[in-house]
Amino acid sequence: MEGVQLNLISKEKLDRMSSMEKLRMILDSVKEGKIVVLESGLSPEEEAKLIELTMLEIDHENFVGIEVESYPPKESFFSKLFGKKSGRLTLIGPANRVKTLSKQEDLITAMVQLGDR
Amino acid sequence: MGLITSLKTRFRSIFRWFFKKDKMRIGIYGPPNAGKTTLANRILRDWTGDVMGSESEVPHETRRAKLREGVKIEVDGKTLTIDIVDTPGIATKIDFHDFLKFGMSEEEAKRRAKEATEGVIEAIKWLDDLDGVLLVMDSTEDPYTQVNVTIVGNIEARGLPLLIVANKIDLPTASPARIKAAFPQHTVVPISALKGLNIDTLYRTMAEKFG
Repeated sequence: MEGVQLNLISKEKLDRMSSMEKLRMILDSVKEGKIVVLESGLSPEEEAKLIELTMLEIDHENFVGIEVESYPPKESFFSKLFGKKSGRLTLIGPANRVKTLSKQEDLITAMVQLGDR
Repeated sequence: MGLITSLKTRFRSIFRWFFKKDKMRIGIYGPPNAGKTTLANRILRDWTGDVMGSESEVPHETRRAKLREGVKIEVDGKTLTIDIVDTPGIATKIDFHDFLKFGMSEEEAKRRAKEATEGVIEAIKWLDDLDGVLLVMDSTEDPYTQVNVTIVGNIEARGLPLLIVANKIDLPTASPARIKAAFPQHTVVPISALKGLNIDTLYRTMAEKFG
């Protein structure tokens, strides 16, 4: 059966992982052609680090980067007090397979292609 | 980010407020082709008579960060001295095929793509050395891109002053209102860096925000 593997990662699992473990797991899965959906998303710093690591691994022939989409972080009373904003649901996939069609504050529409291009 | 890091960020922004530097280092950020270099050139041309770098329709024209120190901006009797860092556009993907459309050879396109990936890394690293950010967005485009969301999130987490520049308002499809609606918590200044439209308002707002 031809298809695309989707890995849905729970908040509990993500909470047990360090930032680098999360980013490594995401990039390894995406480079294998899988799409990763994180229940609790990444922090802005982790997202920047993910972009940085992605750039280091682009090889122009097999991996041209990622499509990543998340909602803007929500500000809560706790986050206002301590400056910590938790990431929200995040979707990450290989750029040659996932294409974002539109994005709003509360709706992300993406298309997944079965072929490479 | 842990609680201690959060408190450190808070402390840093309070410290910054009390002990403002004589000179602010301001980074110009945004996605490729938003008009970052055009804005850097406009600021430099207006206040030093010089330019920062070459502008182009080809994405990732700026592939190395460029620093210009000691630019004095005088608004309403106030002087703001800034170091300007024009950064390469931040992107999550770089495909050399995209450059072939601009008439480059495959070898040239691959070289450009490689330099562009290095430029993105450099732009992200520069975030650690800044006192404020001008985030340039193309007001003819959808503002809810991941690059914009990531940059805004990072600047907020670092407690840095941020000014969003809604560029290209000279184009008929421009909608700075869409950018204001997407990032209501931040100051948005609509301008055309190319034509110089509303540029005085930008300088006044920069003096208020970074001065």
